[in-house]
Amino acid sequence: MKHIISLLMENEAGALSRVAGLFSARAYNIESLTVAPTEDATLSRMTIVTSGSDEVIEQIIKQLNKLVDVVKVLDLNDGRYIERELMLVKVKATGALREEMKRISDIFRGRIIDVADGSYTIELTGSGSKLDAFLEALDKTVILETVRTGASGIGRGDRILKV
Amino acid sequence: MDDSNQQKVGQISGAEIIMRCLQEENVKFVFGYPGGAVLHIYDALFKQKHFKHILVRHEQAAVHAADAFSRATGEVGVALVTSGPGATNAVTGIATAYMDSIPMVVISGQVPTAAIGMDAFQEVDMVGVTRPCVKHNFLIKDVRDIAITLKKAFYIAASGRPGPVVVDIPKDITAEFADFEYPKSVEMRSYTPVTKGHSGQIKKAVKILLEAKRPMIYTGGGLVLGDASNELVKLARTLGYPVTNTLMGLGGYPATDKQYVGMLGMHGTYEANNAMQDCDVLLAVGARFDDRVIGNPDHFLSVPRTIIHIDVDPSSISKRVKVDVPIVGHVQSVLGEMNELLAIETKKPDASALKTWWAKIDGWRAKNTSSYDGSSSAIIKPQYVIEKLCEVTKGDAFVTSDVGQHQMWAAQYYKFDKPRRWINSGGLGTMGVGLPYAMGCQLAYPNAQVACVTGEGSIQMNIQELSTCKQFHLPIKVILLNNRYLGMVRQWQEFFYENRYSESYMDSLPDFVKLAESYGHVGMNIEKPGDVEGALQDAFAMKDKFVFMNFMTDQKENVFPMVPNGKGLSEMILGSDPNANDAVDEMEG
Repeated sequence: MKHIISLLMENEAGALSRVAGLFSARAYNIESLTVAPTEDATLSRMTIVTSGSDEVIEQIIKQLNKLVDVVKVLDLNDGRYIERELMLVKVKATGALREEMKRISDIFRGRIIDVADGSYTIELTGSGSKLDAFLEALDKTVILETVRTGASGIGRGDRILKV
Repeated sequence: MDDSNQQKVGQISGAEIIMRCLQEENVKFVFGYPGGAVLHIYDALFKQKHFKHILVRHEQAAVHAADAFSRATGEVGVALVTSGPGATNAVTGIATAYMDSIPMVVISGQVPTAAIGMDAFQEVDMVGVTRPCVKHNFLIKDVRDIAITLKKAFYIAASGRPGPVVVDIPKDITAEFADFEYPKSVEMRSYTPVTKGHSGQIKKAVKILLEAKRPMIYTGGGLVLGDASNELVKLARTLGYPVTNTLMGLGGYPATDKQYVGMLGMHGTYEANNAMQDCDVLLAVGARFDDRVIGNPDHFLSVPRTIIHIDVDPSSISKRVKVDVPIVGHVQSVLGEMNELLAIETKKPDASALKTWWAKIDGWRAKNTSSYDGSSSAIIKPQYVIEKLCEVTKGDAFVTSDVGQHQMWAAQYYKFDKPRRWINSGGLGTMGVGLPYAMGCQLAYPNAQVACVTGEGSIQMNIQELSTCKQFHLPIKVILLNNRYLGMVRQWQEFFYENRYSESYMDSLPDFVKLAESYGHVGMNIEKPGDVEGALQDAFAMKDKFVFMNFMTDQKENVFPMVPNGKGLSEMILGSDPNANDAVDEMEG
């Protein structure tokens, strides 16, 4: 089952590679991983999307907690949470496509953020599955390039991950 | 601009700060090897008198010796190596210590800060290379961070589940100057190891233990590392339950005690493995249910039982085997609390159930699976050498071993009554540790009897340390069980590869007696069973000599009992089986 794990770690050189190294050394799945400093510059917050049986997820959480640089770990799937991912898609926009791309983008509440002679760049935010749905709605041949950030997640209401 | 290369009043160099930190940590020995990146450090080392530097002949041996010093004493071992090849040579030693959770601080030199990433001479990314085999590691980038970093390194190495910590220090940092103040304590928000166990869980565990019909206590290296042997003995005697130790846990419970059923696992005793499989309540202490201990986990779990697991590391709990009562905490403190609860507990263990259970265990014991055919007067049985070694040293020696058949025989036939006496590489299984391990033990306890049980394959992996032993006058006794084969490899080839002995024959061996003598040591060849005991007595009577004893042993002897890879604990092959090899073939199908 898919899990989104949030963690806070010391914002130090090499901390990211400790987490990435742990996943490869123990053969855990890693679907996406995003990291950036928090409002407290000494801390980084990482969101990892992974999958595995309950036993594997339990081990992942324990092993992450064991890393000396990791301050706190939260499995967002243990409660209610919100997940968002940003995607930029460059699509063909020539002739009839120019209108159609604009329409599909609107349906998914995307925004066209760059317009060129033959292409648009669309910005889209949402859950991973919404972004997948958008790509599926497009004809493969019109997609010129995509880039996704990987998911960020946050607990709902008073579920707060903070030191 | 940073002026730390200008010395101000009261300031000392980075290299001197390192010496002061080691002094503050009461380090007695530093095992190391000099080189370009650590020249400033060695210059500072030359001028200090607080600890002794042991110059090894290969960096791998420095780390192993520091590791053994820690295993024998419980203190943090310290090794010092140069950058590049010095650092990579240390990696096997670091990984060995990591697998067995040994507290160590390894200081490695690094190329100057400005040269990092430039593919400089003797540059290697030590922090990157060692990341998967250390508890933690650091690269110091400012001379003012040396003291706090080393303080953290010693703290992390020794607390929680112990382990090795690498501190990589660029050469320029060791030449710069800073004020020195050693922090008294250190707090890290990201690292807060547990100590006490959850008292509710402990109460629950005691209740379950008292209700057991077929109880079993299984303890590992964690019990030894946690210095909880006394607490375990008290608990086991109060309850009257059988105890087994893992390879790493030998000596945790006295081997000569009647409640001890021997080592368990791939080469465990018949009674220990069957009791482990058949018990209804299992108390696991500082052990991790690894593949060499319980064999196939599905087979192990096919019998229902309640498992209580005490471990300082939460990630060791329910990793391979799901447990019912997890207790995260320091084993000494948790067992102590259990003893306190038992002292005021009115309920007693079920005497009649226990009597039936012991009768069953004694039935397994009666099979006497550690017997071997010692009738030949021409060929020395390796088991016999270990039995005699145990007698001659009165079971009180520090015994180090390498990896292979000799390791298993030493574990099976030497009776360890005290913890920290059996020093071997259980997790990583590193051939070549035996001699440097013996060095670490002998330096820690100069007057103790130290025996290195080894094979002719393993001993040659760090044979150069004969020179270190000469320099520091270490009166180690090497017990070489020489069967002219990589014995354990040969045993598996015999059982599972139809006797195709691919590259397992050790041809062109040196004359070990002459080799030992060339280093100024005493060498002995022992070829007849009748000479074994006398030779051992002679060797141990030479209290100030390093004696290299080359025992020519049975080439075909195998280690039994044996649980073949992937089989269940109770699916053992015994040496007494009329044709053990056919038994293996059948099981392999």
